[in-house]
Amino acid sequence: MRLNKILKNTLLVLTACLVLSACATKKEVATDIKGQMQGDVYTGTDTVEYLADGVPDRVFFATNESILTTASRETLRAQAAWLRKNPNINVVLEGHADERGTREYNLALGERRANAAKDYLMTYGISSDRITVLSYGKERPVDSGSNPLAWSKNRRSVTVKAN
Amino acid sequence: MTKKILILLFILIPIKANALIEVDITRGNLNPLPLAVSPLSIDEESRKGFEKILKKENIGSEISNIVENNLRTSGLFNPLDKKAFLQDPDIANLKPRFEDWNLIKAQALITGKVNYVDDKLRVEFRLWDVLAAKEMMALAFTTVPNNWRRVGHIISDKVYERLTGEKGYFDTRIIYVSEEGPKTQRIKKLAIMDQDGANNKFLTLGNELVLTPRFNPASQMVTYLSYFKNMPRVYLLDIETGTQEVVGDFPGMTFAPRFSPDGKKIIMSFAKDGKSDIYTMDLENRIVEKITNHPSIDTSPSYSPDGKYITFNSDRSGYQQIYVMKNDGSDVKRISFGNGLYGTPVWSPRGDLIAFTKLHKGKFYIGVMRTDGSGERLLTENYYQEAPSWSPNGRVLIFYRETKTNSKGEGFSAKLWSIDLTGYNERQIKTPTDASDPSWSSLLSN
Repeated sequence: MRLNKILKNTLLVLTACLVLSACATKKEVATDIKGQMQGDVYTGTDTVEYLADGVPDRVFFATNESILTTASRETLRAQAAWLRKNPNINVVLEGHADERGTREYNLALGERRANAAKDYLMTYGISSDRITVLSYGKERPVDSGSNPLAWSKNRRSVTVKAN
Repeated sequence: MTKKILILLFILIPIKANALIEVDITRGNLNPLPLAVSPLSIDEESRKGFEKILKKENIGSEISNIVENNLRTSGLFNPLDKKAFLQDPDIANLKPRFEDWNLIKAQALITGKVNYVDDKLRVEFRLWDVLAAKEMMALAFTTVPNNWRRVGHIISDKVYERLTGEKGYFDTRIIYVSEEGPKTQRIKKLAIMDQDGANNKFLTLGNELVLTPRFNPASQMVTYLSYFKNMPRVYLLDIETGTQEVVGDFPGMTFAPRFSPDGKKIIMSFAKDGKSDIYTMDLENRIVEKITNHPSIDTSPSYSPDGKYITFNSDRSGYQQIYVMKNDGSDVKRISFGNGLYGTPVWSPRGDLIAFTKLHKGKFYIGVMRTDGSGERLLTENYYQEAPSWSPNGRVLIFYRETKTNSKGEGFSAKLWSIDLTGYNERQIKTPTDASDPSWSSLLSN
């Protein structure tokens, strides 16, 4: 009985806390996270620019990872098709990391991410001569936030026209 | 060469060490030694002479202020309020009335005198043990007047050494990256300042991104990463002449540079095809050697002080961990096995410890471990901090810390901080702008 009572009280307190904290943060979380991340990979379009109609300029990565997601491969195939149609255009692949890592490791990680994108473009027939890789590590975030959504937007490889 | 200070040991009196005061720096010092820094006395003629050249009303007080500030920030000493001093500086320097200094609870006393002689600054100072009523040390320096701040630092180093038994770290400089502007478009410049924040100077204009400057052992050259022409490469900068050059001819990004302890080589990472390996380049014959060869990211290399070993960061186990190997790349051993990720290993100048950054459960720590990975000790926890650099005596670490932004992405800042190896005496080092990537010079007057 006593235990029951304690539990009940605790629950009451907990519920009260939840209601209070939900009031403070619910709105933000709902508009930010919903439908914009899968795992911790960004799937939104907020920061995305387009190289041409239907050709997004960037792909996103999970924390500490450089593996291309299904969505990323689709984006890169669109980029490869566009590059094949425009043989005079060269590109720079700019690799980035989020702010939650040491500076030097992040420089290497950005390079690894941009290279993952480069390798994929090459398997779709784009010559390595047309691609330059440039890592910015965590030096050039697109979102200055200190939260998981901002970090997910910043873990990216962006394809930029070089000429 | 003009920077050298002539040290005249003209009245160095050897002390027999019987029961004189000593300060233990191996433990956190919660009771700093109370000491009195009497302003250096100065005659009116010298005072006027220096006022004219240096635009300082009383250079004697200015120098003793530097000493006082250094000793206070070390956390080991508690300089007493000058208002309580009973004896005039000029007389105290000749013969302290120890009863008077005892009365205000000073255990040590620093006195001295400044003279203007042949356009030179001549400073003498004495360190006294108040309880034993004995002189512990007496030294004099002659230098160009512009070096007055350095004289204050050298006196601080001598006092620190006499009282702790270890070399000081006050006559040193910090090279770092000055930061300005929004977080998404930071403007970064190389900057250099004295250890106490004075004499701040910018070495680059901010036209290109610069990162991770590090001194050579003589503290006259700096190696750093620059995005000049959007090509991230390791550069070498001569601080005196301002000349810069690219280090090596690599077909891709080079980064994470440091000098070897003899200053003859630069060790760094070279990234290619998603792999980063560690290379060295001999600055004399330009011979490049590949030290690691692994499909992982190998970076942040740092030599042991004898040059025989290298500690570095690798994710070959799947995540960022710290490794040690011989200087030819053989005998690679992982040394970090705690929970979390480990980065930025730096070998202590004393050789016994490696300082590092650790990321665990969303928090960043600065810590130290023995060179075999045992005895891990975390000194400070924060939202974001990294890149420790050792004071030349291996007793203090300087690093940088970044703040969390608010929900609108505002409120970002980056600052330099230092902490003692004991885990005590954490303090911010003031810089004119935001700051990151600090690197501590060696002792300049050696």
